[in-house]
Amino acid sequence: MAVQDNIAGPPRTAFYNDPVIRGIIYQLVVAGLVIAFLTWIILNTAQNLAAQNKSTGFGFLFETSGFGISFTLIPFDRSSYYWQAFVVGLLNTLLVAVIGIIFATMLGFVLGVARLSSNWLIARCATVYVEVIRNIPLLLQLFFWYFAVLKAMPAVRESFELPLSIFVNQRGIIVPRPLPDFEIFWVAVTAVLALVAAIAMVVWATRVRTKTGHYPAVVSRASRIAGLIVTFGVGYLAISLLGTVVPALSLGPVFPLIGALVLAGISLSPYGRYGRVFIGFAIGWAVANFLLGGMFAGLGEGIIVLGAALVALGIAWTMLSADRRSAATEGKLPLALPVLIVIALPALVYWVTGASLAFEIPVLERFNFAGGLQLVPEMVALVLGLTIYTAAFIAENVRSGIQAVSKGQTEAASSLGLREGDRLRLVVVPQAMRVIIPPLTSQYLNLTKNSSLGAAIGYPELVNVFMGTTLNQTGKAIEVIAITMLVYLTLSLTTSAFMNWYNARVALVER
Amino acid sequence: MSFSFVREQMVEPAPAPVNTAGPIAWARRNLFATPSDSLLTILAIVLLVWAIPPIYGFVMPNFLGGDAVPPGGTVEQCRVETAGACWAYISARMTFFIYGFYPAEEYWRPNLVFALGTLLIIPLAIPRVPFKRTNAILFFVVYPVVCFYLLNGGVLGMPSVPTEQWGGLLVTLIISLVGIICSIPIGILLALGRQSKLPIIKTLCIMFIELWRAVPLITVLFMASVMLPLFMPQGTTVDKLLRALVGVTLFSSAYLAEVVRGGLQALPRGQYEAASSLGLSYWKSMWFIILPQALKHVIPGIVNSFIALFKDTSLVSIVGIFDLLNTVQAASSDIDWSSPTQAITGYLFAGMVFWVFCFAMSRYSIWMERRLDTGHKG
Repeated sequence: MAVQDNIAGPPRTAFYNDPVIRGIIYQLVVAGLVIAFLTWIILNTAQNLAAQNKSTGFGFLFETSGFGISFTLIPFDRSSYYWQAFVVGLLNTLLVAVIGIIFATMLGFVLGVARLSSNWLIARCATVYVEVIRNIPLLLQLFFWYFAVLKAMPAVRESFELPLSIFVNQRGIIVPRPLPDFEIFWVAVTAVLALVAAIAMVVWATRVRTKTGHYPAVVSRASRIAGLIVTFGVGYLAISLLGTVVPALSLGPVFPLIGALVLAGISLSPYGRYGRVFIGFAIGWAVANFLLGGMFAGLGEGIIVLGAALVALGIAWTMLSADRRSAATEGKLPLALPVLIVIALPALVYWVTGASLAFEIPVLERFNFAGGLQLVPEMVALVLGLTIYTAAFIAENVRSGIQAVSKGQTEAASSLGLREGDRLRLVVVPQAMRVIIPPLTSQYLNLTKNSSLGAAIGYPELVNVFMGTTLNQTGKAIEVIAITMLVYLTLSLTTSAFMNWYNARVALVER
Repeated sequence: MSFSFVREQMVEPAPAPVNTAGPIAWARRNLFATPSDSLLTILAIVLLVWAIPPIYGFVMPNFLGGDAVPPGGTVEQCRVETAGACWAYISARMTFFIYGFYPAEEYWRPNLVFALGTLLIIPLAIPRVPFKRTNAILFFVVYPVVCFYLLNGGVLGMPSVPTEQWGGLLVTLIISLVGIICSIPIGILLALGRQSKLPIIKTLCIMFIELWRAVPLITVLFMASVMLPLFMPQGTTVDKLLRALVGVTLFSSAYLAEVVRGGLQALPRGQYEAASSLGLSYWKSMWFIILPQALKHVIPGIVNSFIALFKDTSLVSIVGIFDLLNTVQAASSDIDWSSPTQAITGYLFAGMVFWVFCFAMSRYSIWMERRLDTGHKG
């Protein structure tokens, strides 16, 4: 067995077969081709522009635009500059994107959880929604909402009137315009501070409890008093609402007052939960009565009151059994105290400073509404379409995120003795969020990009104002398209930077 | 002797179990398991009772208990105050929705295109049918060329039909098919480039992919329709449909590149190393070892991006091409059929067409995914 020993020397290959040199040659060739292609394009463009007597440059941004925009967040008129038009478009895009993201997230999470519900009917409804909405183009949905629904609304004189002086007609939705005076500013500041304070209080109380096993004495005592006050307030509301369903019970302001006092008294006794159940029943009855009355206007009043009572009984039953199940364990920090802080402090400031928040109610005049705030139908349609469409995708992300948490985690949590709610809150959701958030951010990005479809229904967002009107008027195709694409590119790169950061932060540390 | 830990009385008999089969037990388990479940069920039923009858009445013709005007009805029936969807209008304008302005005496040409496409795509989609390679070459290479000459005419004595006259579902299908067929090879090259170790090629590919993925399709289409003529040498005119096709292809190739990259990354390193150890060159190892496996894995992903592309083709209506959505939109201002429900019926029809295509494809993609999931992932 002789071993060949003459292979020690370097292999003799031609230099063009050396992989390193080959790689360099390939790259040079590709780079050369790309550069040649770009040069060709640039030369052609220069020739074409010269033939059309067009100049290039960004000077046009500082010229007067000479057009108006139907919906602007900042002042804009025909004498404004093109860069202001750009800002208007960008702000409108961001406005729709932010509103859409908020609504789509809420709807999407509800639908995603509903798809996994053990309730067959709820799961089926959510599945149908997702499958129908996902498979129809967004542009078609926007056309539907804009041309077939909102444009088909009645004329101004026959507007639909919704509660709270909201009117719906061909020209959009008209809502009361809030007219804040200066003192409202302080109320708003107090509201924010109160919210921060309430959260801080809850965090602190929970920490103390984790350490010592008890909530701080101050907090428990304050909670009890707050519970009393909130029960009184909600009880008053509930009994007053009950008066709207059963007219016999509306005996003037004294009756709800006495009833609320009784309810507050009950809440101190061991039968407190029956008081809460009663309140739930009363409010549920009133709300269901109102909703059913609106939905089935054709049916008789008696049937609706009866149906609403059935729904309210369902609510009461749910509350009773939920109460019974959690009765055995030590309660969490009651919600009453933080709620009271968030509501009462601003109310106090409101009352002390004498601030007034008036609303300008829209009034139907001869041809149009005077006063009020008009939400243009283009915007309503765009927000509606984007929300409904994106929610279907978010729902799928949420569903797969929750399903990605293995069953063993839930079982482990059960074996530690955690109850259903805590299992979800402490074990399943934090792990699901890690899976949900990356696709969720890309859905947000998609929504922002899709808001450009507003151009097709005349909502003045970036593509419409800048790539549409401005491009047509100035003819600066290259500059305008470059700027617009750059905006979206920036948004996208920022989002993916965030995503990378988040992924790195939450990535499982593996052995 | 008695042990304190041994019971002295019998355990109380447990109540008989409630029946666990039959519709009532099913309802108890799935609809009324807990009080909150019951509440949700009641609310959902209320909502359905509220929403379904009006929708049913609107969509269904009168012999099924609705108010819609069935195909063959007259415009006067549609103009009645209480009339539902005007299906008569859809059936009357159906040829416009399918062929656009294509001359009526030449309808056999688009029909032949549809038939050929169906004949080629069905065996391609069924995994059991043999001759996949021939079939794929026929569909991806021969079919588009045949379609172009068939539709455009000017050869074999067929009169020429300019692309401005193409329209409707025909154009929607053309754009999405051409988009996907052209973007598969570009997407594969981009994905390979992105995985490459050569820095210049890698950077160029990443820049290309990220640029098109970052911007909305509508800006790409605007760019293609405004800037493409500027980029070409003086005197060349670029067909409007071709501009849209270029835009759609650029856009979808970037997305497809990411899909293919997923497949490339899912392959275990051993496959790459095995290919190298056999002494195969880069292209040979890609062609014989890596791509066949990677592409098989990403078939569901490719179908999904085809669904997205199919829905996105509706955007070409913004740059003035008469795809399905644009023909529906244009027909909705047809005075001969003007009625209160004209627009909404058109959108319902277009929505149903899109839905049927997309839903079928998504089911196919899910089915393929299950089939390909043989349990041994990288």
